[in-house]
Amino acid sequence: MRPTFDPFVIPFVASMTFVLAYCIIGMIRIVFQLPKEDRRKFLRSLITPKIFWKNIKDLFGDSLFHVKIWKRKPLLGYMHSAIAFGWFMIIVVGHFETVALSPLKDMHLPLWEKLMSNLYMPIFFRYFAVEAPTLNAHIFAFLMDFFLLVIISGIVIAVVKKKRPRKVGLKRVTKFGLKEDLVRISLWTIFPLRFLAEASMANISGGSFLTKFIGFDLLFGGHYSETLSYILWWAYSTDLAIFMTLLPFSRYMHIPAEAFLILLRNAGLKTTEPRKGYAVAEIYSCPSCGLCIDVCPMSEVKENYRNTAVYFIRNIRKGKRRRDVKHKTEICLMCGKCIEVCPLGIDSLKIKMAQREKTYYKIKSDFEYLSQQTTDNRQQTVNKADKVVYFAGCMSHLTPKITRAMTKIFEYANENYEFLDKEGSICCGRPMMLTGKKEEAKALIEKNTEMIKKSGAKRLVLSCPICYRVFKEEYNLEGIEILHHTQYINELIEKERIDVDRSDKRYVYHDPCELGRVFGVYDEPRNIIDNIGLLTQGKSDKDMAVCCGGSIASLTMTKEERDEITKNAIKDLTLNHPEEIVTACPLCLKTFARFAPIKVKDIAEIVEENIVEN
Amino acid sequence: MIDFGFSISKSSHIQMDDVDLKTFKKLEALNPDINTCMSCGLCTATCSAGNFTDVSFRKIILMLQRGKDKEALQKVKRCMMCGKCMMICSRGINTRNILLSITRLYNEEEK
Repeated sequence: MRPTFDPFVIPFVASMTFVLAYCIIGMIRIVFQLPKEDRRKFLRSLITPKIFWKNIKDLFGDSLFHVKIWKRKPLLGYMHSAIAFGWFMIIVVGHFETVALSPLKDMHLPLWEKLMSNLYMPIFFRYFAVEAPTLNAHIFAFLMDFFLLVIISGIVIAVVKKKRPRKVGLKRVTKFGLKEDLVRISLWTIFPLRFLAEASMANISGGSFLTKFIGFDLLFGGHYSETLSYILWWAYSTDLAIFMTLLPFSRYMHIPAEAFLILLRNAGLKTTEPRKGYAVAEIYSCPSCGLCIDVCPMSEVKENYRNTAVYFIRNIRKGKRRRDVKHKTEICLMCGKCIEVCPLGIDSLKIKMAQREKTYYKIKSDFEYLSQQTTDNRQQTVNKADKVVYFAGCMSHLTPKITRAMTKIFEYANENYEFLDKEGSICCGRPMMLTGKKEEAKALIEKNTEMIKKSGAKRLVLSCPICYRVFKEEYNLEGIEILHHTQYINELIEKERIDVDRSDKRYVYHDPCELGRVFGVYDEPRNIIDNIGLLTQGKSDKDMAVCCGGSIASLTMTKEERDEITKNAIKDLTLNHPEEIVTACPLCLKTFARFAPIKVKDIAEIVEENIVEN
Repeated sequence: MIDFGFSISKSSHIQMDDVDLKTFKKLEALNPDINTCMSCGLCTATCSAGNFTDVSFRKIILMLQRGKDKEALQKVKRCMMCGKCMMICSRGINTRNILLSITRLYNEEEK
């Protein structure tokens, strides 16, 4: 008869209790930090059947398997799934095994002892169990060995990833301090120690192919030593205790935090405060995997890799170094690639926006002069019913070839249109919001809304993706269809309202961040180019397109740093020797035009050039 | 006074010894590129707000350099932050960040 308790379980039980308590208190704190409405929304989501099933699906798909990593980097996907899902299965199967075969099963114990034993028994089962000759026991032993092997294979990849990032397809991995190293090493050694401990006494407790045959027979030579085995069990438990105790203070906090984040996200919550509520859940969920480092346009300049999302989140989490947080908040180009690639979908940009809103400006804006601007002097003769309003936006006025091309296209299509801001436009408000002056931007938004509503149009065509975003997100233009000119022109071509000539000129298309990643307008511009010439591929496109470097979202980035990003983006785009670069954003156009070795054109221009007059 | 059909305008002479440039020095330290401005006027020509009113980045810099803070701030307040001046600037000055720094550093009440 084996004992049912041994002092070596104490470190594990104590640390496990600590972690559970820490996580529960943390969760309650986050829920209380949420704005009242969000809290109600969250609690209601927990009992809504539809969201409940989505939660279950996401918990498995995202936090155990990490489907998103599989899609981008299969090897890393395997690594994560092996460790996360393997560990999960060891816990689950371990519990079933304990329920089925536990030596405590038929004993009458006081309640608290039963509870305690429930906590440690599945973890140290093999120490307390005696090999049973039943089929059940063999199946359990096989499953446990199988998942242990899966985890160990995952850890091998993790070690390779740490030592030689390029072998697994990464250029850079996040750099860590001493504490994180200690936690990581304790995690890596948990399962090898478990294997050794289980193997060392496989003759008594039984085991399967891994622990019994490879472990006990080959590694230990079939020899059982009680002291060695006992030391190994102590080592296993202590190692677990080190990991569990440090977990809340390390990046491995993402294990519990991520599950909670999925629940919050499925409830439809968003960041409103940079260091409260939802943002805290996101910050603790960041596993510091560093996938965002390689994709960030800023890390093209080697010294700037520390401006990336992972380091920003780490700075916020540490709570100190306000200057670093401020710097990283203000230099970001907000291209959104880091969100696209993040396995957890952590929206660090929303945190940065919330952080920017906290900036205190002594001098407030004054847009009194706008109210004197009249919009009445426009000709109101055109029929309002099918009228299209064209709002070029201030950036497009910097590149008049876009507005010229657009007016021609309108005329060719015989469109009943009005060029709303022909005499110079009022800014859409997005640049103002990006500096954190959300309230002050409202004056601009109101003025533009008033102008558009007054025109009585049912459709609004925009040339600038920055305007497009803010019109869609912040403006209240009910009943008016908002289109970017790529969508509008595509519609004209599809409905055969304009005809274009097809040549075999080679084009490459650059996806503007705000049009592509934010609204997923990928197909329309490609469709247009397909009708005009040959579309070639750059190095990366669609959701992985590189920012042009001109983004107005960055407040502090210097010209030199911007130029590096621009040159790099051009290098990527001209990979397959296109004859012209085509884009759909006046800002990208202007930025590229300075450095591009070939012509850069807006999509409206190439349509206008190739239009066939009927 | 006899009306000659013309008059002598008020002197625009500025006594630089009396001007308090303490805040401007702070601004300079934060944005060293401010002094590379050569007043070419590209920013003024492209300015979105300048279309409707007298905002001009070039003038703001000149006024601040000469201690005419109040007039400069009057212009700064009307900026829409669209960033066109930054894109067009022939000296690559981060004009937008300078304007933001001004709104952080300067006080309206003083002077």
